[in-house]
Amino acid sequence: MKTLLTVIFSLFAFTCSASGKIELMHANIDLSDNVSLKRGAEHYVTYCLGCHSAKHIRYLRIAEDFELTEDVVLKDIAPVGASIYDPMLSAMDKHDSKYWFGNVPPDLSLIARSRGSDWLYTYLKSFYRDTTKTHGTNNALFKDVGMPNVLWKLQGEQVPHYSDEKNQVISSLSLARPGELSPDEFDTVITDLVNFLDYVGEPAKLKRQQMGKYVLFFILILGFIAYLLKKEYWKDIH
Amino acid sequence: MNSPRFNNFVNWILARFPLTKVWNEHLAKYYTPKNFNFWYFFGSLALLVLVIQFATGIMLTINYKPDSALAFDSVEYIMRDVDWGWLIRYMHSTGASAFFIVVYLHMFRGLLYGSFKKPRELVWIFGMLIYVCLMAESFMGYLLPWGQMSYWGAQVIISLFSAIPIVGEDLSLWIRGDYVVADATLNRFFAFHVAAIPLVLVLLVFLHIVALHQVGSNNPDGIEIKENKGPDGIPVDGIPFHPYYTVKDIVGICVFLFFFSVVLFYMPELEGYFLEHANFIPADPLQTPEHIAPLWYFTPFYAILRAVPDKFAGVLAMGGAIFVLFLLPWLDTVKVKSIRYRGGIYKKALFLFVISFFGLGYLGMQAPTPNATIAARLLTVVYFSFFLLMPIYTRWEKFKAVPKRLTSNSSIGDQLPLIKQAVADITQDTVVTTKSGKTIHLKTPNPSGLRSASVDLAKKMKDSLD
Amino acid sequence: MNNSGVDKTRRQFLTNALTVVGAVGTGFVAVPFLSQMQPSVKAKATGAPVQVNLSRLEPGQLIRVEWRGKPVWILNRTEAALSTLTPLESELSDPDSAESLQPAAAKNSTRSLKPEIFVAIGLCTHLGCSPTYRPEIAPTDLGKDWQGGFFCPCHGSKFDIAGRVYSSMPAPTNLEIPPYRYIDDNTIVIGDNA
Repeated sequence: MKTLLTVIFSLFAFTCSASGKIELMHANIDLSDNVSLKRGAEHYVTYCLGCHSAKHIRYLRIAEDFELTEDVVLKDIAPVGASIYDPMLSAMDKHDSKYWFGNVPPDLSLIARSRGSDWLYTYLKSFYRDTTKTHGTNNALFKDVGMPNVLWKLQGEQVPHYSDEKNQVISSLSLARPGELSPDEFDTVITDLVNFLDYVGEPAKLKRQQMGKYVLFFILILGFIAYLLKKEYWKDIH
Repeated sequence: MNSPRFNNFVNWILARFPLTKVWNEHLAKYYTPKNFNFWYFFGSLALLVLVIQFATGIMLTINYKPDSALAFDSVEYIMRDVDWGWLIRYMHSTGASAFFIVVYLHMFRGLLYGSFKKPRELVWIFGMLIYVCLMAESFMGYLLPWGQMSYWGAQVIISLFSAIPIVGEDLSLWIRGDYVVADATLNRFFAFHVAAIPLVLVLLVFLHIVALHQVGSNNPDGIEIKENKGPDGIPVDGIPFHPYYTVKDIVGICVFLFFFSVVLFYMPELEGYFLEHANFIPADPLQTPEHIAPLWYFTPFYAILRAVPDKFAGVLAMGGAIFVLFLLPWLDTVKVKSIRYRGGIYKKALFLFVISFFGLGYLGMQAPTPNATIAARLLTVVYFSFFLLMPIYTRWEKFKAVPKRLTSNSSIGDQLPLIKQAVADITQDTVVTTKSGKTIHLKTPNPSGLRSASVDLAKKMKDSLD
Repeated sequence: MNNSGVDKTRRQFLTNALTVVGAVGTGFVAVPFLSQMQPSVKAKATGAPVQVNLSRLEPGQLIRVEWRGKPVWILNRTEAALSTLTPLESELSDPDSAESLQPAAAKNSTRSLKPEIFVAIGLCTHLGCSPTYRPEIAPTDLGKDWQGGFFCPCHGSKFDIAGRVYSSMPAPTNLEIPPYRYIDDNTIVIGDNA
């Protein structure tokens, strides 16, 4: 039986070993940081909303959750002409985008839930110069992605370093030409953006986590009384 | 409460409805063995989860739209625009997984203490039918969010039916109502998920409980308490279900709700085990996600399906893995019920079965690499051997003497000194002086204590299998 | 079992405590279950204030706009129609709109902010049918005393041209006036009086 177990466990170990992909960086986001979230929303409207809708979030909800007045949201975040009740919709035509990028840019309402915030953070920082592509950029995490690096002016241009040049295995990226922002400033932009996307993925997340402790506390009290009652009744049983 | 008016009202009811009789037969004078342990919480918990699923499910249908163009967005609408919709939805999605956890533990209890054996064969059969209904219910419910996993999961599972010779293709077409999983499939799954199967479930739960109360509950000693009655005709080792087990089950419910709420409020996706990441992408009939796996509670059977290198045989093996459970009362013909008095052969077999179930469950979530397939085949053999070889290996089993009366369970209070002693054995006190000059007594692990404790534990585990 | 020497009061106290705490818990749980049936944010968003341009509204013309899914009438009343209001007062059930719903600024003899522009929710206060606009004087079906107004086809309630209900009608009160305001001479916003 021992040998059988050894065989089974060693087979598990085999199946567990992961394939070689670039490691995800950790996104240091904070859903309770309304200032970061507001900046993220502004960046989203400036850089992303041109192509990517986030149709499941309304400007009104943003105002409520980020503790902003409706006027501030309409002035600082929403594009001109949007109503506070509108969802975040992109004005781009679907046929145009199919022509430009090969497919329709996806709605990003739930991207943080399907991909995870670390993936988004790493993805947005993994664009590099690739002259073989139509847009001139490629992505180390999402190879041959149709999306150009819309943030290149801020970030500058990255170039890849290969650990295996023949098979194009990228080991790291480095900044070849600096952009308008320093690496730290750019990092803040990405963090804010990912923070906002994480929020958009589940607007009730913070509320849910805040509620949790009260519910658990209540159940503990209920359970304690129930336990005392059980002890009391079970004194009868010998 | 004791006004004549109220009494008149009560009498009016009682003359027309056997309220007192039902109350007594099923609660106040339903005599249950007094030695129920941890494993006996899961029946009442399953009932609780059923109620949660019904309540939250009905609430979800209020805002959900069973239309392939609207379904995905309507779920997000519930999550965002509906007051408290997120809570109701998470209760339902967490409840689905909780249901299977509770039911698997409930079924395992049956294996431990022989609860399926004479005279409780029908209780087991009804229970198995409930389990099959639950699988159908959760499978159909999982299509409703209309995400990528919903869609492709349904596509794969329905295609299983096409493996059946001759009628297979027509059958799977009939189930889908279209050439692929489509709007028609979603609509009919909705109807079955919210109306048809819940009705069957309620009926089966009723039958399960009626059948149980006819023969009475089994217990960790596997002794029939009815064979030892006092002069008043009440089993000597029996206690009325109410109030003793009602108050005990409330404690169990609180503990369950605590864990349920931890998941609900802090990790409703549970790393993709309860809500899969790819299911946050709307269904796309043109693109399969890179890796598809069913939800965790189906993965053991999914692994068996993949382990068999032939489509039809794989489907048969998967169906057989469930069907073989129905036969359990007739495969295990040993008179001794409880594992406490059974021989080492059965204990070892059950241990291997548990390993195979978990192992298959794990493999069912992984991509099918060649090594994983070999492991899955091995474990499939173990899984089936446990059941099908039962009539053979139990012949050599050596039993312990079964007592005439119930043995008492040690309570948590009794075990506290033992736990304290164990903690003392594996830790040692170290005195640390901090920078500010304070001395602190720290409990650090004691290597030699840990070593001897783990050797003891291994020895105990090995002994428990003899 | 042995019931002797049991502390009955402690048992009763704990039972009561568990019942009370359990009832409170049930109350908490009931909140999300009940409030999820409230109008959702989407319903509230589609119920947002509506802007209407009145520059093309002819005298005597009635237009209908939707606000919170309800028909809102905007009627440009003629001098002749307005002159019927005062003589009719004795035949009405609530001529001063004391019992009826309207913004304070519209609680006057014409039930409007500007005398000629009448804004009202076009649903009968009886059971919610939408009355028809009947501006003609003394038509055969409504009798020779009809001075123009609104007639509910469901249960026959009659209202005058300011939405005030006649006496002895099924409808209990005058038609409801929604909150509205002028943002300029020719534009009103319905659903917002701030």
